[in-house]
Amino acid sequence: MRRLALLLALTAQPLLADSNLPPAYWANRQLPDPKQEARAEALMEELRCLVCQGQSIADSDAELAGDMRDLVRRRIAAGEKPAAVRGWLIQRYGSWISYKPTDEPAGWPLWLAPLALLGIGAFLIRRRIRMKARG
Amino acid sequence: MSRAIRFAPLALLLLVVVALVWRLATPSNSTVSSKLEGKSVPAFALPAIVAKPGLSSADLATGKPRIVNVFASWCVPCITEVHVLQELKSRGVLVDGIAVRDTPPDLADFLAHNGDPYERIGSDAESRVQIALGSSGVPESFIVDGHGIIRYQHIGPIEASDAPMIMAKLEQAR
Repeated sequence: MRRLALLLALTAQPLLADSNLPPAYWANRQLPDPKQEARAEALMEELRCLVCQGQSIADSDAELAGDMRDLVRRRIAAGEKPAAVRGWLIQRYGSWISYKPTDEPAGWPLWLAPLALLGIGAFLIRRRIRMKARG
Repeated sequence: MSRAIRFAPLALLLLVVVALVWRLATPSNSTVSSKLEGKSVPAFALPAIVAKPGLSSADLATGKPRIVNVFASWCVPCITEVHVLQELKSRGVLVDGIAVRDTPPDLADFLAHNGDPYERIGSDAESRVQIALGSSGVPESFIVDGHGIIRYQHIGPIEASDAPMIMAKLEQAR
């Protein structure tokens, strides 16, 4: 029984297996032009991995993330602007794919909240000062 | 301090608890759907990988709706799905495949063991067409109408119980 269990454990296949192909060419290789590489790197930090949701494609070891890094580096090397590459991905996956806060209406509370909180704080302080002044 | 204000923190706590319980009861959906539903298939041309033709976007606008199955020989749920696709094929459904990150011997083995419902199979070695389609994993399937427009995206394997729904979607795409 123990031997069988050991045999099964050794021969078990992971449910979400990876492919047998090596990583894409530019997945783990820097672009020769340091300026382009910096641009690609900055963009990859801001793109969300589709497999390990919550990680950026720069951080993720998933094969699909490697393929996305390859895609980003290829397009940047071909002279495409990072904003265009981001836009192309958003067209396919929605704004979900980008970590960069959006300026669409859905993101407005994010931008307005600090202002609103500052306003409330100022109001409270003013009231307190007035109350103290009155004695 | 008035009475109402004294109870404000408690009310706030209750609000937070209600929000947390609600999210626990209805977990958010983490599948990422393609935004290309209703749009044409992006232009692509994939080479052949086994002894049948490769797949290009032009092959998808031929007047008849078809299923484009994004799959791989290294994908375990694809094994059960391919049997369902065989069944659909026997009912006259046209199925094309995009093999993601696959090698010719692995794929030939997969088809020999599990059956081969595919008219054409394109080899997507660096997942480029998969990404262009807005697909985030294997297996996924797209129903493409006769004009090459994506009508429906199915995330995960097509199970036997999904067959009637798939047939209905194909009928709608006619």
